[in-house]
Amino acid sequence: MKIEFEHRQAAHCESGVTSNLLRVSSNSKITEPLAFGIGAGLFFAHIPFIKINNGPAIAFRTLPGHIFNRTCKSLGIPVIRKKFRSKEKAEAFLKECLDAGHPVGCQVGVYYLPYFPKEYRFHFNAHNLIVYGKDGDNYLVSDPIMENATVLDSYQLERVRFAKGALAPKGHIYFPEKGADITDGQIKQAIKNGIKKNVNSMLYIPGSFAGVAGIKSTGNKIKKWRDKLGLQKAGSYLAQMVRMQEEIGTGGGGFRYIYAAFLQEADSYLPGNQLADISVMFTKAGDLWRTAAVQAAGIYKGRIGSQEDFNTMGDYLLEIAEIEKNAFLALKKIKWQ
Amino acid sequence: MKKDEVPQDLGSLGKITKEVCYATDSTGKYVTELSTGWEVKTKALDVAWEDIAKRIASAKEQVLNNQASPLLFFMEYRLMDISILADYTGFWKWQIKRHLKPGVFNKLSDQKLQKYAEAFNIKVEDLKSMTVHED
Repeated sequence: MKIEFEHRQAAHCESGVTSNLLRVSSNSKITEPLAFGIGAGLFFAHIPFIKINNGPAIAFRTLPGHIFNRTCKSLGIPVIRKKFRSKEKAEAFLKECLDAGHPVGCQVGVYYLPYFPKEYRFHFNAHNLIVYGKDGDNYLVSDPIMENATVLDSYQLERVRFAKGALAPKGHIYFPEKGADITDGQIKQAIKNGIKKNVNSMLYIPGSFAGVAGIKSTGNKIKKWRDKLGLQKAGSYLAQMVRMQEEIGTGGGGFRYIYAAFLQEADSYLPGNQLADISVMFTKAGDLWRTAAVQAAGIYKGRIGSQEDFNTMGDYLLEIAEIEKNAFLALKKIKWQ
Repeated sequence: MKKDEVPQDLGSLGKITKEVCYATDSTGKYVTELSTGWEVKTKALDVAWEDIAKRIASAKEQVLNNQASPLLFFMEYRLMDISILADYTGFWKWQIKRHLKPGVFNKLSDQKLQKYAEAFNIKVEDLKSMTVHED
């Protein structure tokens, strides 16, 4: 059984899945950047006291699941989502959905995902893909980060849907109920809501670990890493930060470029609000994140490594924090035309 | 980032699939461009795996010196910490901590060993003998 579904590659798994699942009901209007922006996907958090793969826990995007939820909610699309204890029930429900003609989003872990290169397989459980059919024992899979559609046999799919560890998917399955037509008016309102949510998450989360304040605080921490951790471990920490920032699924520059693309598209829906100008500020932030990554690479490659180099590295983040703060303040001040 | 600046350094992912990047064209408009990889992040990934290799080697040594059970080796090999392993096996964390002692591990029942073997995707005899088959 196969549902009519066209695989499309995206930069980021969740916004890609969201945009691909909404393609039919939105008449292709909800692009990946729109899904990312409406879902208020941009974020920064450096969570204290937690280590991931023995390195710092740094995220450049919002929590898994938020983008799909917020986007559908903002657009007034009813969503069906379920998690399961039982593997059998999870598969039975998946089959039911496919029989009813719904392509579905699934949250999976990547550690046992066979088509991923070995180098990318960590215990990361917040990857997303679409299942759109079954052929014999093989499920037809559209993984947005892959160029082409692929397949997983029932055991392989069960294994990744029931991966264990932090953010364990527990068979999490989700899809929009059909029948909702999305109008331009809804999209405009959703864009405004998305921007407002993102302003709040980047500027007004209390404490110093998240948002713009988080970037600043991490910048200051980096300056101390050399003395505190030793050169080698500090290098590993920086490498981990760069991986979170640039690895598959970010579209480059820690999602800042996708967000800039979102603001450009938003500008054509809501002209006269300077969104295109503010987009340029995010491009600048993305460029600076990448400049910082080059500096970090110098350190973890062992080419540079003086305290001066760590200060430069930390200062990049302080500069980025300033740019993003001004960009979000500009978004906050918009009086919508 | 401008479209023509999107890096094209072949990395391990680039051999399997190219990835989508967002970049600006000559008029400043955002478009997508495929990238085969970026040397800066390929190296970051290498660093992560070099660290893991070191941890595996050190675990192996501890097992050979009878300071830890083969569980430690396979935990490092499968990048698992105690809480991930507890989730996969259904054991409590304190039980796993006990099983990390060689003396306790050697007396484990086949049933318990089988649970570990499944979590690591290996055979029980390989678990006992610390044998790795590349997969």
